[in-house]
Amino acid sequence: MADHKPHTSHEEHLREQHLMLDPMPRGKMNEMVMESMHTTSWKFWLVFGLLSALVAYALFYKWGVMILEGLGVAGVNRPSYWGIFLVNTVFWIGISHAGTFISAILRVFKAEFRRPFTRAAELMTTFGLIQAGFSIFMHMGRVWLSYWLMPIPNERQLWPNFHSPLSWDLLAITTYLLSSTMYLFLPLIPDLAMARDRTPDGTWQKVFYRVLALGFRGTEGEWTHLRNALNIFAFAIIPVMFSVHTIVSWDFAMATRPGWNSTIFGPYFVIGALHSGMGAVVMVLAVVRGTMKNMKYFIRPEHFEAIGKLMLIISMSWAYFFFNDYIVQWYGGDKWTKELLHWHEAGPMGWMWFGMLICNVAIPWAILWNKKWRSTPWLIFIVGLLINVGMWFERYIIVPISLTINRMPFTWRLYQPGIEVWLGIGTLAFFILLYMAASRLIPLIPVWEVQEGQMAHSLRKYGRETVVTVSELE
Amino acid sequence: MTVDLNKLHAVGAIAEEAEGKWGMVIDMDLCTGCQACVAACAMENNIPYVEEVDAGYGRSMHWIRTERFWEGEYPEVKMSAYQPMLCQQCGKAPCEPVCPAFATVHSQAEQINLQVYNRCVGTRYCANNCPYQVRSFNWRDYQDSRVRPEITILANQFNPDVTVRRRGVMEKCTFCIQRIHKAQDKAKSEGREVEDGEFTTACAQACPANAITFGRIDHPESLVAQLARSPRAAHHLEELGTLPRVTYLKEG
Repeated sequence: MADHKPHTSHEEHLREQHLMLDPMPRGKMNEMVMESMHTTSWKFWLVFGLLSALVAYALFYKWGVMILEGLGVAGVNRPSYWGIFLVNTVFWIGISHAGTFISAILRVFKAEFRRPFTRAAELMTTFGLIQAGFSIFMHMGRVWLSYWLMPIPNERQLWPNFHSPLSWDLLAITTYLLSSTMYLFLPLIPDLAMARDRTPDGTWQKVFYRVLALGFRGTEGEWTHLRNALNIFAFAIIPVMFSVHTIVSWDFAMATRPGWNSTIFGPYFVIGALHSGMGAVVMVLAVVRGTMKNMKYFIRPEHFEAIGKLMLIISMSWAYFFFNDYIVQWYGGDKWTKELLHWHEAGPMGWMWFGMLICNVAIPWAILWNKKWRSTPWLIFIVGLLINVGMWFERYIIVPISLTINRMPFTWRLYQPGIEVWLGIGTLAFFILLYMAASRLIPLIPVWEVQEGQMAHSLRKYGRETVVTVSELE
Repeated sequence: MTVDLNKLHAVGAIAEEAEGKWGMVIDMDLCTGCQACVAACAMENNIPYVEEVDAGYGRSMHWIRTERFWEGEYPEVKMSAYQPMLCQQCGKAPCEPVCPAFATVHSQAEQINLQVYNRCVGTRYCANNCPYQVRSFNWRDYQDSRVRPEITILANQFNPDVTVRRRGVMEKCTFCIQRIHKAQDKAKSEGREVEDGEFTTACAQACPANAITFGRIDHPESLVAQLARSPRAAHHLEELGTLPRVTYLKEG
């Protein structure tokens, strides 16, 4: 490399680029994170208030109306028995995927760039699953009896039907919610202890942190236990993650419907979930970086650059699986499937099919190949947003549009969304609201992980060259 | 000695499933599309009256419907036969395994596919998975006269033998199971078997053209079994392996 600059400048350049090479005293970093939690402007409270009102109206009031009047206020009808409710369920589970993917897989493979944003991603898992839960319960005709789907011992010995993919789904999502919440909580403990020690006595926050930190003091034994537990969880949660979205896909793939009965749906759904989830992570990071104090130190263009590469690869994989799903169905030559494929592209909702391909494939490929572009937060935010729009379109095509075509042409009818549009907006508002609340209550940056990474990295001189060295801590 | 293969879950069970117990034959040559079966079924089974807007949006709740098809564009239209479509009472029903609450069950005694209304939680998975699209969902409280005062008069003529369903519940054709039970109880009290033609379903009873025949499909000498052996006999979507118990007689 013909780098003629003096090496001190090269060193400065490296420090500026990489968080891991730009260490900061631990006390100061802790203060920065605490400050980011405590700095709230009037704009924060304005958005918070508006979202609260939206959640109260669109989610809870409208849901109440639907419970009292019946599902008739929604748009679901004879062929499209499942509408936007199921679209949103699959969408939110997809969003929740990337949290664990980024955190667990990158932790297992010791990818150093993960350190500052694992928590931001893990929070998405838990909050996304909550919205998925809302969406699936809302779609039930008699939600007040939903506990019947749980295997609760009762005097009549009535059990849920374990032959039903919906029962598998419920178990898989519950497992994922519990394990991902524990996986979120474990690396949070040292940071909660940090926050506890920096909160004045007599405040409710002190009580909050003291209870949640479980008396963590940072002894050698506590760290060993934490590392062991994290190691087990990071490995164990990966198969759980894969199982969840394949089982969600089985809700469709196990059915006898044209367009649904596809053996590739399992991996296709997993890669689709990662696609939308990565887009969501990048959106969250761009917003956090742009709106919260001190975050420009922690979240840097290098992180967008690294996630952008992952997004590009996932977009290519998604395109391959889409093609695979399409070609297998088309090649099969079943007349109803052919009718359905034609309906996807040339039906009245054909714009959605092309929009899906543009948002999921064309735009990511056109932008993410360029290192400079994918390092630009606002640009990659837009890409992430469009990927999420495209993935929502994909689920909309799979659920209500595919349901329009069945083997009884007499019943074909278009689906027109009703109250479920409000309910979907309500879940989105609730997701953002939970995230905003969390950003002011718990440290969004895993401080101890960043500090650990910075301790492990060092710049050394090898002759005249400055070399980055990493020592293994774990 | 005869062994009940169903109890052993043996290969023979498939043969039994294919045969079934109660069956129906619909002669499409005789059907005039008059919809008397639709009206009779609604009266017999307390099927909700869905108003115009909902019905126009694909939410009408009839357990039997008369499908009509045509070829060509107006005015060169050629009508093909009417096709009454109701639950095919599949021997291997796709709706049954997908219900998470066991609300869609197979009656072992009658070999009929039944919906347990008070167990249904309304996931609507069964209706999605029904290739015949013959299940209907209570989108609203259509039967509650407190919600809809205009149905108070209709409520006076509910059939007392059949449940009134509330919102959020799936329902479907039962082959008039209340009539089956009534006939069986009567025969039992008189110490005999139910005779062929002793009773029939509401749709078959109402059909002015006698296009619908109902009876024991497993008794070779019964009228319905004889008709089902006709060379015109066909089953809907047989390729899916659902083992439907309703036989259609094609145009001859």
